[in-house]
Amino acid sequence: MNGGFWQRLLALTRKEVKQLLRDRSNLMMGIALPAVLILIFGYGLSFDVKNAPVAVVMEDHSVTANDMIAGLRLSPYLAPRVVNSMHDAEALMLDRKVDAILRLPSDFSRRLGLGDAHAQLILHGADANTARTIEGYVQSALAQSTVLQGDRSGASPGASVGSVYLEQRLWFNEANTSTWFLVPGLIVLITTLVGAFLTALVMAREWERGTLEALFVTPVRPLEILLAKIIPYFGVGMIGLLMCLLAARFLFDVPIYGSLWLILLVSVFYLFVALGIGLLISAVTKNQFTASQLALVTSFMPALMLSGFIYDLRNMPLAVEAVGRILPATHYMEVLKSLFLAGNLWPVILKNCVILIGYAVVVLAAARMKTRKLIG
Amino acid sequence: MNTPVALVAQGVGKRFVIKKAGRTVVALDDVSIEVKSAALTALVGPDGAGKTTLLRLAAGLMVADTGTMTVLGIDAATDPQAIQNRISYMPQRFGLYDDLSVQENLDLYADLHGVPQDVRGKRYQRLMEMTDLGRFTSRPAGKLSGGMKQKLGLACTLVRSPELLLLDEPTVGVDPLSRRELWEILEQLVGEENLSVLVSTSYMDEAARCAHVAILHDGKVLAQGTPESIRDTAEDLCFAVTPPADEAPRHLQARLLDDDDTVDAVPRGGKVHFVRTRATVEQGDPDLARVLGASRAEPMPPTLEDGFMLALRSKVQRDLSSAAAVATSTSTSKPASAKTDQSVIEVKDLVRTFGDFTAVDRTSFSVSRGEIFGLLGPNGAGKTTTFRMLCGLLPASSGTLRVAGHDLRKARAHARQQIGYVSQKFALYGNLTVDENLTFFGGAYGLSGTRLRERMAAVKSQFELDDAGHAQAGLLPGGFKQRLAMATGLLHAPDILFLDEPTSGADPLARREFWRRITALAEAGTTVVITTHFMEEAEYCDRVVIQDAGKVLALGTPAEIRRQAGETDARTFDMEQAFIGIVEQNRKASRGGAREAA
Repeated sequence: MNGGFWQRLLALTRKEVKQLLRDRSNLMMGIALPAVLILIFGYGLSFDVKNAPVAVVMEDHSVTANDMIAGLRLSPYLAPRVVNSMHDAEALMLDRKVDAILRLPSDFSRRLGLGDAHAQLILHGADANTARTIEGYVQSALAQSTVLQGDRSGASPGASVGSVYLEQRLWFNEANTSTWFLVPGLIVLITTLVGAFLTALVMAREWERGTLEALFVTPVRPLEILLAKIIPYFGVGMIGLLMCLLAARFLFDVPIYGSLWLILLVSVFYLFVALGIGLLISAVTKNQFTASQLALVTSFMPALMLSGFIYDLRNMPLAVEAVGRILPATHYMEVLKSLFLAGNLWPVILKNCVILIGYAVVVLAAARMKTRKLIG
Repeated sequence: MNTPVALVAQGVGKRFVIKKAGRTVVALDDVSIEVKSAALTALVGPDGAGKTTLLRLAAGLMVADTGTMTVLGIDAATDPQAIQNRISYMPQRFGLYDDLSVQENLDLYADLHGVPQDVRGKRYQRLMEMTDLGRFTSRPAGKLSGGMKQKLGLACTLVRSPELLLLDEPTVGVDPLSRRELWEILEQLVGEENLSVLVSTSYMDEAARCAHVAILHDGKVLAQGTPESIRDTAEDLCFAVTPPADEAPRHLQARLLDDDDTVDAVPRGGKVHFVRTRATVEQGDPDLARVLGASRAEPMPPTLEDGFMLALRSKVQRDLSSAAAVATSTSTSKPASAKTDQSVIEVKDLVRTFGDFTAVDRTSFSVSRGEIFGLLGPNGAGKTTTFRMLCGLLPASSGTLRVAGHDLRKARAHARQQIGYVSQKFALYGNLTVDENLTFFGGAYGLSGTRLRERMAAVKSQFELDDAGHAQAGLLPGGFKQRLAMATGLLHAPDILFLDEPTSGADPLARREFWRRITALAEAGTTVVITTHFMEEAEYCDRVVIQDAGKVLALGTPAEIRRQAGETDARTFDMEQAFIGIVEQNRKASRGGAREAA
């Protein structure tokens, strides 16, 4: 490396930072878009079910049955709405005014006394996830009421013949709030967006506009050009990460069980992978449009769909799962989730860090190989 | 440090594989040239001759397939970085960062070239003086005019004195004044710093200022030597003829061009300057009298352009006459009427403002049917704005604007039906075929069925596109693209054709062919309004208007313009001199006026 390295790197980095600050579209994508994503994912997109409307058909007008409904009303997750007939309930369901119908038959309270009560629950299956969640809520609300009934009738809980009370515990996300696992996923998305997508775009722009052609015929080395792109966008990526961490802690009250330093460290590794992918894509395509499409398809979309962010990889067809398992985003996701919600699980951290470092070395080396001072 | 030769190319060959078309293009074939130190060397030749490729090979941005490229004694294939450390290169698009200011662009290149801080001050001062950019140091490069960008691009290559300067068509799309300034800077630096320069250009007057000229064609060197040696190949073959009073020079020029023994003919200073083949001149040129009719030809000293055309004609036999014949016979289905006094464009007190900036200031002129009307002016003079208003692409701020009998401010859609527009960048769909492009544009103009098929057949034969119907437009060579662009502009048989800098970056040969078509169109009754940076092209126009700072400085026939610039019988001007003279007179006067007012 000859003596001018630092001077040239400084000059190029300064140029890059100025361009970044002056071009509003870059800032929008680097800072504003992550902020919007945090708000959308934090508040708008949530898999939790709250105040789900449930039609309750009361064919049994006994006190017991009414108590049962009162129990449902207490649940923050359900909004029962008593209707007179099954016919009315079906009409509401067809209009999607309610997501479920709970029918208490006329002999409900009588058979409850015998320990053999039946209630019918009909769920709107269009959204299977929501349906399953509501099923769980109704079941647990009913179970609780039954136990209370038993207590009140003086019988010991064990005496309620044939009914088993299931005590549920959710580990790692006690409240079962989806923001808890969405936020780590959001960090993966934002890091991918800034690292791969934005970097691919700004580098491809230089190829497309011919500015690199002039730059090449100077003492500058390809490595210096790449480093000068990596440094500012690494900074932008870290800003995005910090915004996510702050939002996680103070906006969504997501607990962070693992070490904050470890979270930062693995994020640095992944950010290098993403930057490497962005630079590699731009060096191969040399065209803004193609680069942005390619970055979207090869990094952002898979990070969204196949990294285990929204869909559990284990539920996917084998081939798709295999693709997901290869992605660096999946490994980052895995280690982030465990750091946030489970703590410092060293085997998970070490394994994924090694993989991420390996990826970073490979893509950055490939980007360097592909960025040569040649035109055409 | 200074070897006598800065660059040696020996038997250099370079080919490209175009994957999409599945063919190879030979960009350079066995090219050998030398660039002498402390002198200017010009690379001239038609589009696609291989000029840019040769410059990129010299800059180490490409590697030759065969032969050797040695720059400053270093092999470009083995150690391009060593060359890039010592030379400077300005690509066609200048390579400036639009978001950075003039000063920041300069600083970036000074840092990259490792120019020490203590020598920068002096160097910058000198560059700013030469380029006259001193007032704009904090302006973003993206907000500079074309001429200023080009000067900044040059300044960035000169932050330190390079051992070789490579410039790729630095003056494309730049007005004559800016062009002259750039060449003054180059000549000054060659004189003072022994700068070695290799520059590609499509302007012959620029090449004539160089010590050495190489003519490239189809990747081969057609001729090289001093401008004088190339010029002298046309010795004894050049003539000038004054057309009779009732005939426009371009008609006589067309007749001359249509004759097989004419190498070249251009209207110049009210006369027609032409070159005959050596074979026919040696035989006493028996056919000339028939072509010229009553007029008499007088021998003229040759110019570099004459030598260039002679060299090119030895390789290229473009049959202009047949093109023109087809053009006249099947033109826009209107009676072949010569121009009349009936005006088809009327502009009165036209004003266009952008905020508090007046781009066009009380401009008035009219254009008659069948006339070729030229809009000339330096970069930023307001001619593009005027042009856009005439085409109905931009509303006027005030004034009247009638095109083909329609008030553009009220009936823009009707007026547009009578207008064909060919933009500078040729708005074609690159991934559609020629036929698909024509069908699309025909549909956009409301043509369909038999009428569309008839018109497509007509314009295709008019522009010799019959065999290219299924070719993808994006893969056509430059000249073809231009013909297709004109064909789409004429599909709906408009009364008026607007052409925005159609010849920018085109070589003399392509421009002759282009103008032959344009004059044929005008013969057939189509009115043509055109902008150009080639002042000699104003000679083809019936009348021209010269604008600067939004105002009309001169309006009239080329001869009237020359007289306004101060031409006398003793002192003749070409159009470029006349243009520069008029613009500078006016700028001096307005500066003086401003001073008096203050």
